Amino acid sequence: MTLKKRPDGRKFDQTRKVEAKAGVIKNADGSGFFKIGNTSAYAAVYGPKELFPRNKQDPKKGLLRCNYNMMPFSGAGDRVRPGPSRRSKEISMVTQKALLPVVDLSNCPNAVVDVFIELTETDAGSRCAGICAASIALADAGITMKDMVSAVSAGIVDNQVLVDLDYQEEAYETGDVADIPVAMIPNTEEITLLQMDGRISKEDFKKALEMVKQPLKDLAEIQRKALKEKYK
Amino acid sequence: MGKLLVKDKEVVVPGEVIADGMDYLPSFGTYRQNEKIMANRLGLLSVDGKVVKTIAISGRYIPRRNDVIIGRVFDILMSGWRMDINSAYSAVLMMQEASFKFIQKGADLSKFFALDDYVVAKIIRVTSQNLIDLTMKGPGLRKLDGGKIISINTHKVPRVIGKQGSMVSMIKDATGCRITVGQNGLVWINGEPEQESIAVSAIKKIESEAHHPGLTDEIKVFLEKRTGKKIVKAIPQPENKPIFKKPENTGAHNSESVEVPEQKVMRKSQ
Repeated sequence: MTLKKRPDGRKFDQTRKVEAKAGVIKNADGSGFFKIGNTSAYAAVYGPKELFPRNKQDPKKGLLRCNYNMMPFSGAGDRVRPGPSRRSKEISMVTQKALLPVVDLSNCPNAVVDVFIELTETDAGSRCAGICAASIALADAGITMKDMVSAVSAGIVDNQVLVDLDYQEEAYETGDVADIPVAMIPNTEEITLLQMDGRISKEDFKKALEMVKQPLKDLAEIQRKALKEKYK
Repeated sequence: MGKLLVKDKEVVVPGEVIADGMDYLPSFGTYRQNEKIMANRLGLLSVDGKVVKTIAISGRYIPRRNDVIIGRVFDILMSGWRMDINSAYSAVLMMQEASFKFIQKGADLSKFFALDDYVVAKIIRVTSQNLIDLTMKGPGLRKLDGGKIISINTHKVPRVIGKQGSMVSMIKDATGCRITVGQNGLVWINGEPEQESIAVSAIKKIESEAHHPGLTDEIKVFLEKRTGKKIVKAIPQPENKPIFKKPENTGAHNSESVEVPEQKVMRKSQ
């Protein structure tokens, strides 16, 4: 048995509808909004600013601090318990690691750039949406970065390799399901985030990674367009 | 044969390919990857002959030597003051740079500048670790009494000042306020309360419409409408000109903070 058609009628390598905006939070030094399907993320960047406590300061380069948070009402009905959890701490960490390869903070020693990611609505793929929003926000804040980072999930549902799984697909009951969030630097095709949930064969895994490349590049274009839109 | 893929003065975003081929040279805010030149920050593209660079349009204030800035005293040190200069780093005003007058050993420094006082100061040194030294010895460098401070995007400061200070003098003449614009994006305004609020809204208008061509005329109309007075002509008066408009900066920094090409006249390189 293989999946013939996706529940929402998308093509196998098609992402959900994407909406991106820059400069949505006026008070922040830079901000971004990224919505993919029913998952929407806001990111605000503050800094570079002085880092306290001082023992965390690095005299060689600035620090990038990311914070991922799902809002209490963002789930599918159940209240998401506010505050840091094991999951949100892990996602904060992988977000930071996904963004670090592009940002250059060597000209702001002893300082910190804070990235706050808030998810108002989630329907799978929230860490990817968060990374996309954060990347827009960092660029908007005038941080030196060699490229944008775009992220989307790939995966397998019922023996069919797919791009951008939504919650319905992630929770598919028959056959193996794997969800692989991928973040990539589009110009160099370097992968900065790669995680996996579920089971997938080596061949399918390679196929999924190949399949997700073009959608990621398209997402980067959407991010860039959002930034240009702000300064029109 | 190299070719430029983005037009001059257009907004470029990180990772965008600006030029293809080896004919162009990457400068500030750009880098070369193989044959291509890419932007590594958000900004306006500036092409000068073969050299391409981006001019930042967002982000926090980056301290530079010879900038006249507005700072707030937030700590009093053994022999000086620590100032918040609206940047990632704080600056130090040392005692010997604070005044032309002699300050007695062991004097109470808060008598000169107390906590939360605002001052106009000039940056004299910036180290690689962004340690900043200020001076208050110079024309126009002073403690600010009264008035209000507003904060604007530091990259819009050249627009607020205008060509040869035309914009800020026009606001001054129209509202009768005293205005000092710091390079770090802090603006001090002192005058009648109603006039102050007109000056604030004019400055905010300049900030949000900085990219409009013919902004000076737009602001003139705006000021005439709000003050109900006719503005004859905004001629910058040399004796009242704020010090920061003096051509005292180095060329490199100049173009960094210049937002729109015609403003290059504002601070000539020496």
